[in-house]
Amino acid sequence: MKRTILLWVSLALMVAALYLIFVIAPIERTMGIVQKIFYLMVPMGWLALLSFLAVFIGSILYLKKRSPRWDILAYSSAEVGIVFTTLALVTGSIWAKPVWGVWWTWEPRLTATLVLWLIYLAYFMARSFATEESRGATFAAVVGIIGFIDIPIVILATTLWRGMHPGAIIFKGGLDPAMLLTLIVSLVAFTALYSLILMQRVSMSNNEIEIRRMKELIS
Amino acid sequence: MKFWNQAITITWKDTLSEMRTREVISSVLVFTLLVIVIFNFAFGASQETMRLVAPGILWATFAFAGVLSLNRAFIPEKEQDCLEGLMACPISREAIYVGKMLASLLFMLIIEAIALPAFAFLFNLPVLTLPIVTITILATIGFVAVGTLFSALAINTRAREMVLPILFLPVVVPVIISAVNASRLALSGKPWSELAPWLQIIGVFDVIFLVVSFLVFSYVIEE
Repeated sequence: MKRTILLWVSLALMVAALYLIFVIAPIERTMGIVQKIFYLMVPMGWLALLSFLAVFIGSILYLKKRSPRWDILAYSSAEVGIVFTTLALVTGSIWAKPVWGVWWTWEPRLTATLVLWLIYLAYFMARSFATEESRGATFAAVVGIIGFIDIPIVILATTLWRGMHPGAIIFKGGLDPAMLLTLIVSLVAFTALYSLILMQRVSMSNNEIEIRRMKELIS
Repeated sequence: MKFWNQAITITWKDTLSEMRTREVISSVLVFTLLVIVIFNFAFGASQETMRLVAPGILWATFAFAGVLSLNRAFIPEKEQDCLEGLMACPISREAIYVGKMLASLLFMLIIEAIALPAFAFLFNLPVLTLPIVTITILATIGFVAVGTLFSALAINTRAREMVLPILFLPVVVPVIISAVNASRLALSGKPWSELAPWLQIIGVFDVIFLVVSFLVFSYVIEE
């Protein structure tokens, strides 16, 4: 039931975001139509971080309480998170091409996102290389905690290492009100989508466990 | 006090076994030398190019050397089933972490103490200065803080040696960025005030990951 409501809410928000992006939001003066990727890129980057926050919380609670529930939450969020992180890298590259003339540039946020993506990979590696499943969950939780704490330091180091990003303008109030509204709606829409996918993924894992338990009962 | 006695005992045990086998330090030193020589071929040997790429070479070398020596921190324990004995000891898991971490730190610093003069000699660069030595010590603490934790994790996985670099390298990215930039500034004779922001990042990394690794270590080695 909750999921059905969430489905319709995120659908409505998505449509609203699309309308705002392509009809209402003004076209940026210097970058032109390309700038509209911004409304996708920022939510992707935000979700990459939000997913890892959920991984972090799930990992801590798993180590503390040892309940598979928290491991499922962390693992599901990591799965959804790596998809959004990949999309953040892809949209970032598409943005970089017209703006800087190259597909990839070692710009601080792009670099930090790449490092985040590698930490996500480490999370999955720690899990899949473990000799048994419960141990893999513990290892992954440790990587989840270390990785999340590392992210602010990575962002700090990469920002100090390279110049600034157009994104910094948002926080200084240099964004047109219509653009800001579009960005906020897009952010909310994607966050709703993230919650929906996460809930779906968690219930799928729960079902898997239930089926495995039933199979063991029969055999 | 008891805690430190236990930790130091483990450090001493590792040092003793290293003095008898000479496994880690000698092999990592040879490896370090080889990496430096290969980088020399990769970038050409002109003095100007070297000045530009030297900090990068230095830290790429130390990062790889770190992976190699940290891998050896727990593998001998696993091979002879010593880890079980260590865990059966009436000491806290945290003492094992601190003891192992100090031993790895000691080995790494010895390796670097020999590698830095070699580096200075081969590339004709003034790397034996107080700023560079400070950067090296701080960055090495960061390396072993997370490295010891991940090394203990890696020995309980199927691929062992393969797992450590995959976990270790992305996490130490901030240390590598900061160490490279601080070394570059130090090599071009900049004062401490310009190095400070980078040293602060490494310092913050060290403190945070010493504490966090200390706290989560027991989960990694439990049976």
